[in-house]
Amino acid sequence: MFELSPTEWTAILLSLRVATVATLVATPLGIAVAWLLARREFWGKSVADAAIHLPLVLPPVVTGYLLLLTFGRRGAVGAWLADHFGIVFAFRWTGAALACGIMSFPLLVRPIRLSIEAVDRRLEQAAGTLGAAPWQVFLTVTLPLALPGVLAGMVLGFAKAIGEFGATITFVSNIPGETQTISSAIYSLIQTPDGDAAAMRLVVVSIIIAMAALVASEWFARRALQRLHGN
Amino acid sequence: MLRVDVAKRLGDFSIEASFTSEGRVTGLFGASGAGKTSLINMIAGLLRPDRGIIAVDGEILDDTTARTHVPVHRRRIGYVFQDARLFPHLDVRQNLDYGRRMNGLAEDGAQHRRVTELLDIGNLLDRRPGRLSGGERQRVALGRALLSRPRLLLLDEPLGSLDDERKEEILPYLVRLRDEASIPMVYVSHDAAELRQLATQIVMLRRGRVTTFGGVKVLPGPPL
Repeated sequence: MFELSPTEWTAILLSLRVATVATLVATPLGIAVAWLLARREFWGKSVADAAIHLPLVLPPVVTGYLLLLTFGRRGAVGAWLADHFGIVFAFRWTGAALACGIMSFPLLVRPIRLSIEAVDRRLEQAAGTLGAAPWQVFLTVTLPLALPGVLAGMVLGFAKAIGEFGATITFVSNIPGETQTISSAIYSLIQTPDGDAAAMRLVVVSIIIAMAALVASEWFARRALQRLHGN
Repeated sequence: MLRVDVAKRLGDFSIEASFTSEGRVTGLFGASGAGKTSLINMIAGLLRPDRGIIAVDGEILDDTTARTHVPVHRRRIGYVFQDARLFPHLDVRQNLDYGRRMNGLAEDGAQHRRVTELLDIGNLLDRRPGRLSGGERQRVALGRALLSRPRLLLLDEPLGSLDDERKEEILPYLVRLRDEASIPMVYVSHDAAELRQLATQIVMLRRGRVTTFGGVKVLPGPPL
């Protein structure tokens, strides 16, 4: 009964690829942003903080439309990237990854920021007195101690990216094999008269992926506590 | 030689301290809140003076008129904190090795053995800090600071968080350290008895000002 058709497999694999690329590209950026928000005071910090959280509160269609205006073929950034580097986002799976990356960014940054804030600054000072330059302090003390939070952020971001729908479909549409992810495939299937069984199969797959992500994130959080207590 | 002549405002508290010490162990003595920790944080480079000069062995580390401020990681000044501050994600061996790695120094097995023997921590090497007692933690922190090859060692009430029995356990190590390692030390304490055993020179601090400077005789209380 639970036999996935090639179209369904294509959607699942595409979703995994989109979410993986989005998470891997967003993570280094997310660590940098989280560190800035946790450890530095700068002008416009609250505006930057709000801008990062915007995709969480804006209607996803709005984010998708803004992406289309900016990164579309005729968008300012989109046209420039296409002319100079041959990078095209519009109606490509890369565009889906971009949309998913932006939509999941706040969820990725938050646990990383909290875990960096939880790192005892006195340990960073101690590292300094032992001869570690600021970047070495970050790599050898701050980041390792915040690592479980980084992993939790990646898991959450990944789960959000897998399920992203509104911004993706607005920006890159719903093209099977190119931009049709699990979510947009389900959306198409439930609008087709005999698509219920296929939709249900994809629903089960989504639930499994989401549950796995939550369990993994819990596990990382528990590791974080152990790590900070040095056992 | 350590030369300190600094002024620093911290809220409604201010420090204006000036002293020069040639002693092997300079005892910084004063009640809590006298500004002892702020003063050695300035020597370590963790706190920047508003005005003044700090120099170790003739090298200027801070000079506000010349806008000199050597950052903490380039000062080669070891620091043993009251709360040890061992890295919880590293075991004792890695904690001890941290300074050497950060400074890009070659491995020195003989020095490592000397320090671990001096402090009796050879049997703790594979443990995580979370599995150490307070006294053991402080000994490892001492070893970690020594192995980073500092030219000056700051100790901020290293016995402050230990009970009397543990203090008696650590004090002999500090005496040995003073007599065997050739690193000058600044030892902060509010305990006159402790300083009488360890220090060679005393700087008395009261409300951010140096009130007395001299040998251990200047300490209050009965002599030994």
